[in-house]
Amino acid sequence: MPVRLTGSPGHRIIVENISFTGIPAGERESGGKRMKITGAEAMVKCLENEGVSVVFGYPGATICPFYDRLSHSPIRHVLVRHEQNAGHAASGYARISGKVGVCAATSGPGALNLITALATAYMDSIPLVAITGQVQSDLLGRDVFQEADITGAAEPFTKHSFLIKDVTELPRIFKEAFYIASTGRPGPVLIDIPIDIQQAEFDFSYPAGVSIRGYKPSTKGHVVQMKRVVDAITHSERPVICAGGGVIAAGAKRELREYAEKCGIPVVSTMMGIGVLPSGHPLYLGMLGTYGTSAANLAIGEADLLIIIGARVGDRAVATPGMLSQRTQVIHIDIDPAEIGKNMGTAIPLVGDAKQILTQLYDMTPGTDFSQWLLQARQWREEVSFDLGERKGYINPRAFIRSLSAALPDDAVIVSDVGQNQIWTANHCNVRPGGRFFTTGGMGTMGYAIPAAVGAKFADPGRMVVAVCGDGAFQMQMMELATVCQENLNLKIILMKNGQLGMIRELQKKQYKGNYMAVGLDGGPDYGKIAGAYGIRAAGIREQSQAGEAIEEMLSHDGPYLLQCLVRPDEPSL
Amino acid sequence: MKHTISVLVENHSGVLSRISGLFSRRGFNIDSLAVGVTEDPSISRMTIVVDGNDYTVEQVEKQLNKLIDVIKVRTIPSEELVTRELVLVKVQVETSQRSEVMDLVKIMGGKIIDISRTTLTIEMTDTTAQIALLEDLLSPYRVVEVARTGLIAVQKGAVTIHKK
Repeated sequence: MPVRLTGSPGHRIIVENISFTGIPAGERESGGKRMKITGAEAMVKCLENEGVSVVFGYPGATICPFYDRLSHSPIRHVLVRHEQNAGHAASGYARISGKVGVCAATSGPGALNLITALATAYMDSIPLVAITGQVQSDLLGRDVFQEADITGAAEPFTKHSFLIKDVTELPRIFKEAFYIASTGRPGPVLIDIPIDIQQAEFDFSYPAGVSIRGYKPSTKGHVVQMKRVVDAITHSERPVICAGGGVIAAGAKRELREYAEKCGIPVVSTMMGIGVLPSGHPLYLGMLGTYGTSAANLAIGEADLLIIIGARVGDRAVATPGMLSQRTQVIHIDIDPAEIGKNMGTAIPLVGDAKQILTQLYDMTPGTDFSQWLLQARQWREEVSFDLGERKGYINPRAFIRSLSAALPDDAVIVSDVGQNQIWTANHCNVRPGGRFFTTGGMGTMGYAIPAAVGAKFADPGRMVVAVCGDGAFQMQMMELATVCQENLNLKIILMKNGQLGMIRELQKKQYKGNYMAVGLDGGPDYGKIAGAYGIRAAGIREQSQAGEAIEEMLSHDGPYLLQCLVRPDEPSL
Repeated sequence: MKHTISVLVENHSGVLSRISGLFSRRGFNIDSLAVGVTEDPSISRMTIVVDGNDYTVEQVEKQLNKLIDVIKVRTIPSEELVTRELVLVKVQVETSQRSEVMDLVKIMGGKIIDISRTTLTIEMTDTTAQIALLEDLLSPYRVVEVARTGLIAVQKGAVTIHKK
């Protein structure tokens, strides 16, 4: 029974629910007769109809009717230790399963805690449905206990949001929410449901389809534009493909590889696009941008044609889009028309789904020969050099990520947090065919890696999942060790411990004359003991020579594991 | 440069805040925004006058189109538009000045819709330029209150926002 914290007329309705819900679901539906069910039960049925198998959440008073009915469903609920992490876990789940991730929270602070996760998912175009409880609908706007205007507050960070005020609209709204989250450019959708709507009874039936007059995403490329693209490619001498997260979201990795191979065009990726081609693929030049490889940036700089696919041209990837578009012809392919021309002038815009467009382009493009250019690109790739040298008494994080990557199974999932650990991991993890790297790309949200890895583990429990984070972000998410233990997840956590907010320290060194302010993490706990307190096995290394054995021990251990790598406080990102 | 954007949206609560929120967070400047229901009661029409260059207008259109509640967005060149705005102006006038103000209003095609011992309330429906002219003509008098609706517009001729 929901705990009501506001004395209200709603009490009577709850009492009716209890007597009603005593009847097993099967009996009520027998004979194909439509029977009245509560909004809460309808919410669960909607999720079942959408094929949802897991909900990440944190209960509270106003979402209790839903939790009560969820307990009777085969849908699994995972209790996180902070609502933000429910959103991140749903994000990790969505990224590995390719399905919509679902998270739930209560009204007020519970819902507000979700916002950072919604914004993180929105920036990276991750399909989520977030369900929040809300105070009784007739009390909305009166500032009652745990009331917050969450649809209003989350508006800039969601693809769409609903506040349900009539229980009969609940099935349509759920259907639309899943449709909007997963189609076009994916993104988070919020459904806010007052407690009285969850308790109200109505005749339930789930709609077969949706028709939203203001939402008709186009997926097929415009033929005239496609011809212009093909023409530009065949007339270019030094084309480069820049692939982003949109290629992965569209499930178009194979199509991208086949197209690049057919035309012989070198490929660079954004951080969100890492893994579009296996890291060792002969056409792949690495990640571009401020923290990218010299090969990728040289190729972009020298190209006469830039083919951007599923990427936003964010400032971290392309710092000076204006200069670049002046000297290079730009083709921009994206599912979201608003991204084309937003950050960079585009000669040939092409709106559509990356998978469909690459398939169509493959058939339309004649054989091309860019072998001279490719030779140059490969030479740049050969010349990429990183400092992999030994550190006395410390781990070189680049070398460590390389060793880790080599020891992981091909299909492993590596999730990085944000900060220097993200750059080390992005540049040095070796994503092999079937493998996956992902991170918080656009928002750069500290505390993402562990909850997202939890979600990834639920999406594919048999797969090796490794979270990499620094000691700054670890302290923003270490409460999730409890979730890892409660669910007995075989999750591996790498903690790059430099006792610093390393990336900000680096920034202060370069731009603020070394005036280090508030970046020292003195006072941090013994992380091995923290892990131990949760019953999680832990180890720590400070010499590169220890890495191989430590990684071996971590991977062979059947259960969660925390491996600390001591890193020099002034170790740079690149 | 001013651009007039016509937007058809779902007629339910929260839509206006979505649209105004979009304008403020993307840094688009609105000169005026007028909303009202259309011939279909489930649809509202917004007429938004935006100040900006071609890039801004393209972004405004694209970002508006991304909103699920937005059904149609159209920017029509000013020479193809008929536009109107309604203004109510309350002027404080001495009895001796009444007739000259009334003359002005008559010339401008406005109406006196309310009168008191010390004030006249003028209504005028016209283009933005004509309304500006009226305000200029009234400026020597003591204007105590002005309320304007913001611009509304439809395309000239048989074409509608629904079909080209």
